Amino acid sequence: MISTSAGIAIVALLALATAVSAAPSAGEKLAFDRGKGNCLTCHEIKGGDSPGNLGPPLADMKARFPNRADLVAIISDETKRNPRTVMPPFARNHILTDREIDAIVDFLYTR
Amino acid sequence: MLRKLLFLSVMMLAAVRPALAADLADPKAEFKAFRDYFTSRFPKVPLDDFVNGPYSMDEGLRKQWQEIEEFPPYEFAVDKGKEMFAKPFANGKTYADCFPNGGIGIRQNYPYFDTKSGQVITLELALNQCREQNGEKPFSYTKDDMAALTAYMAFTSRGKRFDIKIPDDPRALAAYRKGEEYFYTRRGQLNFSCASCHVQSAGNHIRTEVLAPALGIMAAMPIYRSEWSGMGTTSRRFTSCNSQVRATPLPPQDELYRDVEYFLTYMGNGLPVSGPGARP
Repeated sequence: MISTSAGIAIVALLALATAVSAAPSAGEKLAFDRGKGNCLTCHEIKGGDSPGNLGPPLADMKARFPNRADLVAIISDETKRNPRTVMPPFARNHILTDREIDAIVDFLYTR
Repeated sequence: MLRKLLFLSVMMLAAVRPALAADLADPKAEFKAFRDYFTSRFPKVPLDDFVNGPYSMDEGLRKQWQEIEEFPPYEFAVDKGKEMFAKPFANGKTYADCFPNGGIGIRQNYPYFDTKSGQVITLELALNQCREQNGEKPFSYTKDDMAALTAYMAFTSRGKRFDIKIPDDPRALAAYRKGEEYFYTRRGQLNFSCASCHVQSAGNHIRTEVLAPALGIMAAMPIYRSEWSGMGTTSRRFTSCNSQVRATPLPPQDELYRDVEYFLTYMGNGLPVSGPGARP
């Protein structure tokens, strides 16, 4: 009896854990939102539909950008590093706040 | 500081512009560099096919275009335009009285620089001038009646090759330059120039949409866009592009827009009129 209820509790906890991990993070929502990051317009990202290809696919992000500040800098204003880029300067032009960029970087590090 | 900024923007202009060395080459040299950029970037696309915009970019898209042409969504606009064109104004005159060759088969000569008024005259502007000269109210520039009239006029000109001239008048060259500068200047919250998408990123996808190459981009105007669920003129195309990069659009047929159209159509000289067109 005790073991049965404990079993149910564990199943319930597992289900909850799965539900939590399946819900998109704040960063994912911002990245995919057309009015915010809208990253998919130009980049392929695992889990996102109909990506564009103006920019490179966003994968292996931890390996490619071990230094978090580099990734933040690219999103904030890539024209500083590459004047020819077509990537919008998300921080400079107030498209995203610093906090939103942080959340997106958190999300990108899961990809 | 201002000079430094100016220098920087000129450098950036030079960086995206396909022309090679000097910032201000003569229009003929710029025309050649512009065309060469696209033909070398898309060597498999026959030159005349650039007028089909995104549909010129590969075989699959080309097939889509051929299917659309079997039941073209702009057909209603052509029919309506034909009727409007033939119907006399209250004073008994018609559109045909305002244009060379009765307005038939002349799309390839627009826009032109009018040395009398010292400005660029687009087909849309000429149509409204015609209406006003005959005591009629001007049409809205972006769609409906204006799209129907220009669709019909383009249809009667299909296959004729663009022949935009820059007359020997410093004001004509100045208009070309202003249009060129606008085309290469970044604007809006998203910081795109016309060239960011239609030169630098031509043929690439934004989401599922293929960015049209700037070479020959004016040849299909006006267009039926599925995105608009209707027809749109050059004015509509320019204002909606500005809105999409979160810039403030100019008023339709603003002098600067007409200069951009002048520059861009000149870049497509020699290509055939394909309008009216259909686009996703």
